[in-house]
Amino acid sequence: MAKITLSNLRHSYLPNPSGPADYALKEIDLDWKDGGAYALLGPSGCGKSTLLNIISGLLVPSQGRILFDDKDVTDLPPDQRNIAQVFQFPVIYDTMTVRENLAFPLRNRGVAEAKVAQRVAEIAAMLEVEEMLDTRAAHLSPDNKQKISMGRGLVRDDVNVVMFDEPLTVIDPHLKWKLRSKLKELHQRVKATMIYVTHDQTEALTFADQVVVMQEGEIVQIGTPVELFERPQHTFVGHFIGSPGMNILPAVVEGGHVTFCGHRVPVEGKVTGSGGVTQLGVRPEFVSLAETGIPARLRKVSDVGRHAVVETVVGDTAVKAVIEGELPEQGAEVHLVFQEDQTRLYRDGWIATEVAS
Amino acid sequence: MKTENQRAWFFVLPVLLLVAFNALIPIMTVVNYSVQETFGNNVFFWQGLDWFEQILRSDRFHAALGRQFMFTGLILAIEIPLGIIVALSMPRKGFWVPVCLVTMALPMLIPWNVVGSMWNIFTLPKIGLLGYFMNDVLGVNYDMTQQPISAWVTIIIMDVWHWTSLVVLLSYAGLVSIPDAYYQAAKIDGASPWKVFRYIQLPKMKTVLTIAVLLRFMDSFNIYTEPFVLTGGGPGNSTTLLSIDLVKIALGQFDLGPAAAMSLIYFAITLLVSWLFYTLMTKDDAQ
Repeated sequence: MAKITLSNLRHSYLPNPSGPADYALKEIDLDWKDGGAYALLGPSGCGKSTLLNIISGLLVPSQGRILFDDKDVTDLPPDQRNIAQVFQFPVIYDTMTVRENLAFPLRNRGVAEAKVAQRVAEIAAMLEVEEMLDTRAAHLSPDNKQKISMGRGLVRDDVNVVMFDEPLTVIDPHLKWKLRSKLKELHQRVKATMIYVTHDQTEALTFADQVVVMQEGEIVQIGTPVELFERPQHTFVGHFIGSPGMNILPAVVEGGHVTFCGHRVPVEGKVTGSGGVTQLGVRPEFVSLAETGIPARLRKVSDVGRHAVVETVVGDTAVKAVIEGELPEQGAEVHLVFQEDQTRLYRDGWIATEVAS
Repeated sequence: MKTENQRAWFFVLPVLLLVAFNALIPIMTVVNYSVQETFGNNVFFWQGLDWFEQILRSDRFHAALGRQFMFTGLILAIEIPLGIIVALSMPRKGFWVPVCLVTMALPMLIPWNVVGSMWNIFTLPKIGLLGYFMNDVLGVNYDMTQQPISAWVTIIIMDVWHWTSLVVLLSYAGLVSIPDAYYQAAKIDGASPWKVFRYIQLPKMKTVLTIAVLLRFMDSFNIYTEPFVLTGGGPGNSTTLLSIDLVKIALGQFDLGPAAAMSLIYFAITLLVSWLFYTLMTKDDAQ
């Protein structure tokens, strides 16, 4: 187990990158604490798999260093880094039994047979796959195959970090939840650093203590699920996390006051910086309907069960709100109120309000 | 309620007709010949299973069958491993892929009799490039028209040259279908190149290799044109494979009855061995 440091990392798949657009990863500086549960969240093509492959050693970065506990491993091949990786599609050795699959990484490293048997038994118990140890791995269901590929990672006790590359993609929905809680449980038991790559916010937020949100090869925000939800540092995070995402509204700043469509909107704290494109960010959960406030017309109501998502229009701008209880009719004229301490200003995408004291 | 009628038969009829004309009727004609004797003029006498007994007891048939199994065994033992090795060493991406594939496919595009004549001219002593090179440059006494060993070496090399590409192309198709994640996982698990081959590449190639073995078995077991054009079954009878012998009996001696019986036995052996190969190679999957 180790602390992982990524220092000044850049990567391009082109031999001679010229501009920032040629880089799949632009300037990554990051510390992964020993034993942490991390999620790497971002849309497809944001560079999260590239980053994962650099940590595992399948890719050598164009620039920068990777340290495991201050030991430079940038040029080490994957098998010398003591890492484990679980792929999107379960990788199992078809012709071997489950037992042989689990023992494979140990036997390749010349571990004594007694020790192999002991570790395989431990891991099988942990994964609850003991009764299938002697079946051919080819005949397993996808979720069990994925469990076995996870097991091959965990079976080594010297593993520095276990990485998951969208491991639940091919798993049936009703089993996803089970496997996810299994993962969480495994993390608490083995205490290895785990990095979970996904584009699914639910998976990321339920698995991780710390979520790293990426966009276009850059890290936009690192934080706990609550921090990401409540105070996105960037409009991308606000929009990407949450269902529906944060309302990002055009705003004008004049003399420290923020106005939206001609209506003055109180924000969480003092506005910082100047210039740039300014936008207002408020989550639908913190927009409510009231007697007075910003006049809007209700365009669409979708009842999602416990609450309803209503889409209103202020001028030409759509504003979503999450409402519980009684719903006004479609087309009704309503007034919107933004909860002050949850309303933030963004300048060129980045947060530009101070936290309310 | 469903009304029951016999209309479904009409859907089967076209296939039935097709199979009848391309397999059943020709084979039944052969069966017909195999149990009768004729002296021409379309007059036939009932012979029962005499021809079958005669063929199965004949030393000539045993010798040809032995040569046939030796030929097929040798070319399979060379072509399958060689094909896999070539496929493994081919590039998986980039400019050289189509170049390799087209080059590989070229020998297979040449008609059988042309392959035979090509190798004939190529290997003739004094005239052929290879023949000249072996005899006059290397000083090896090599003449496939006179020496059984040279004739055998030549037909084996000719078949390897002609058909290894098929094994290569099939194995290659199996190899490129393996997702990168398998290789990455193997790297992380610390697997050696041999283990990558044994536990990832070979299992993933198994289906196509089964097809390759079956195709190469059937093709080589029934081979006729190439060795016939190259050696004509000689020198002596040393390269008279089953099909060449069959044609000699049927058309050379015009013994229709024994030839028909022999071809049915020949067919049964081909079928039996193909079935054996298939069953053995797929038996793991059934468990």
